[in-house]
Amino acid sequence: MTASLKPANSISFAIVGTGGAGAITAGSMLIEAAGKAGYYGLLTRSVGPQIRGGEAAALVRLSTKPAACMSKEFDILVAIDWKNADRFIGAMPVAEGGLVICGPAAGDPPRAIRETDCTIIECPIGELAKSVPGGRENMISAGLVAELIRMPLEEIRNVVSGKLASKGEKAVEASHGCLEIGAQTAAGFDHTCRLAAPEEGSNKRWLITGNEAVGLGALRGGVRFAAAYPITPATEVLEYLSPALASVGGALVQAEDELASINMIIGASFGGRPSITATSGPGLSLMMESLGLAAASETPIVVVDVMRVGPSTGVATKSEQSDLNIAVYGFHGDAPHVVVAPLSVSDCLFTGQWAVHMAETLQTPVIVLSDQSIGQARVLIDRPADITFMTRRKPFDADGEAYQRYAITADGVSPMSTPGQAGGQYTADGLTHTERGSPSSARSDQKEQLDKRHDKIARFNFGNHWGITEGDSARATVILTWGSLTGAAREAIDALQDEDIPVRLVSLRQISPFPEEPLKAALAGAKRLLVVEQSYSAQFYRHVRSYIDLPFEVRQLNREGPYEIGPDEIVTKIREWNYR
Amino acid sequence: MNVPNLKASNFKSDITPIWCPGCGDFHVLMSITKALAKLRRPPEDIAVVSGIGCSSRIPAYTNCYGFHGVHGRSLAVAAGLKVARPDLTVMAMSGDGDGFSIGGNHFLHACRRNVDMTYIVMDNRVYGMTKGQPSPTTESDWDSALSPGGTGLRAFHPLVIALASGANFVAREFSGNIKACTQTIVEAVNHPGFSFVEILSPCVTFRPDEKEWKNQVHEASVAETDDPARAARRIMTDDGMNTGILYRGPRKPYSASVSDEVGDVSALEQFFEI
Repeated sequence: MTASLKPANSISFAIVGTGGAGAITAGSMLIEAAGKAGYYGLLTRSVGPQIRGGEAAALVRLSTKPAACMSKEFDILVAIDWKNADRFIGAMPVAEGGLVICGPAAGDPPRAIRETDCTIIECPIGELAKSVPGGRENMISAGLVAELIRMPLEEIRNVVSGKLASKGEKAVEASHGCLEIGAQTAAGFDHTCRLAAPEEGSNKRWLITGNEAVGLGALRGGVRFAAAYPITPATEVLEYLSPALASVGGALVQAEDELASINMIIGASFGGRPSITATSGPGLSLMMESLGLAAASETPIVVVDVMRVGPSTGVATKSEQSDLNIAVYGFHGDAPHVVVAPLSVSDCLFTGQWAVHMAETLQTPVIVLSDQSIGQARVLIDRPADITFMTRRKPFDADGEAYQRYAITADGVSPMSTPGQAGGQYTADGLTHTERGSPSSARSDQKEQLDKRHDKIARFNFGNHWGITEGDSARATVILTWGSLTGAAREAIDALQDEDIPVRLVSLRQISPFPEEPLKAALAGAKRLLVVEQSYSAQFYRHVRSYIDLPFEVRQLNREGPYEIGPDEIVTKIREWNYR
Repeated sequence: MNVPNLKASNFKSDITPIWCPGCGDFHVLMSITKALAKLRRPPEDIAVVSGIGCSSRIPAYTNCYGFHGVHGRSLAVAAGLKVARPDLTVMAMSGDGDGFSIGGNHFLHACRRNVDMTYIVMDNRVYGMTKGQPSPTTESDWDSALSPGGTGLRAFHPLVIALASGANFVAREFSGNIKACTQTIVEAVNHPGFSFVEILSPCVTFRPDEKEWKNQVHEASVAETDDPARAARRIMTDDGMNTGILYRGPRKPYSASVSDEVGDVSALEQFFEI
């Protein structure tokens, strides 16, 4: 048996069981307890195509520093059973020297496990659970893991007490009993996998998913209306917003389809309420025509696209960055609008709020390109800072003059009246229109209104929110990426730093309009550029190239889902280059 | 807020309609503005929402807040607006192609959802703006360039569908009967929930045969009912040309709405604190 003695700064474990066995509950409790103890971490779920009875796995990474993505390999794997495990075990390889715990009754471990140089300990998880009245295997598993990583049992006991309070004292006692037994059992394993102590003076943690964070950000931005049509992996944005909106005086309407949901938010926004919907690729495709209506009628709306593997139904539960093209270029006609992408789970909050700010200020549709990898990851983060934008629509004031809804102004933004305001009546129109809003087929109106809609976005001050750049400009090797892959790139750069390979990170939050000047400045001094994106056809690279030259030695790391590009892959790509 | 002494002209804009001379929609516009005057709400408190087609041009011809959206989605825009702004009087305008073909699904669900608004469909049994193609309400043997010899499809029955789907007020009128149209629109707006008024509105250009409608329509001989089954039986067995209020139901309107309260978003943060 192997025993790793040095405490690790990052430990990953998976708890696997049949859907309904409670693996995900166990993982959720462990990550919450870790957060209370001062750690960072990330939890993702791997759920099979069957809704119930299929496989379910909680994948958890705990760390002393913020964790942006899941580890490539797992240090501990607890299998409550191996049913259907062959189908998904490839997604959670066990590290060499790792530990696999499984019950003797659960059958043989899958071949992938048997062929790994790891320690397999047979542990009668089911029988241990039965020894406690009302005991469950998932709580035994949580106890095992807690002990192996040396997490104070008290923390997880407290979490269990809180979570199960509504189920009564007996349920809490049974779970506490299971935790104890699990911990005692693991203490006899002669194998530890200790997590280093958390950093001192750690801040208050939040435990939040990207889908929740984008919803909260939108609420902070002032959203009070949402329309919803369920779609994986965006549904949680809407399920979060439903009660949250109601609690602040807003409302969510479940629509009959995405055509309705986009038009409902357009209607609500016309009524003066900042409005949002969330969807994924198939839904975004259905919304395109009406997104154009929002652009032409200058109705502020925010659409969150939690991207998944496409095209068509693709792999609904896994991530890709392959909706860039439709989000930026999918409109018919010339329809300037804004496309932004959160850089992490935590950044979903900022980007959600920023999106509302821009939609309202510019009276335009804003598309937020989140994706499954951050949307559905539950992450321990420091409480995000409060951000204050001066968000408001340019108001209409009745001054006796005939109101011109689409008046040409210096900044391209026209005063927008709200129904109920006397003298502010107009008809919002998708037809080419005059400044007043009357339908027109005149060449001059088409040109003037296109100019104004272009100018209002081109002249907007996006501030320093266009993206991030990390590492000084002396670093001639640059990773250029966008959105959710920022975290993986950052971890890769940290790992390369340990090998004395200095790499700069540049990542875009602002996708359209393209942040040409800031990006050129950020790339100054670069010699080698690696463009990293989760897209088979390199949509991001082509988008960048259509705006700026990349006069460097350029390589690309671009591929399709469903497996996320991880830090290891990025490191390998840079290493190859460096050692050539 | 009630405003006294409003006239139909207070609800008309100065934009000249593009409709063909003789189009039934002129009369519908007249009935709508007369009805709005009778409702005694100022134009700024009224929103008129539409999709695409001849009838959907109406918003810009009124002096109300208007939204002229994409083809088939007026009901969704109107529902979002009404939930967001329950203080407004919201009306959606459509035609038989916009409302029953491309927008058919929204029609079903608008009836089910029962948001407090009024839906007026100007039914001329043809796509007029695209110059004469059969719509869902067109007779199956009506000849056209797109479907020579007719579509062979059974015509759609909007009133029965509305009843079956849960609309709370269902009526049919003829555009030429301005007085009856006006009164029915007033009743439709005043009735809580989703009110549906089909107005037979002839297309004299592509369906010259519809000029005869004025001689064919007749007031229903049976009084309105609150029993959807009776209403459905009646409307399925008559000649399709009777007019008047068919059904007025007791369903409670859709309840969710946005309020003016600012709301404390920071209170929501507790949910994520551990």
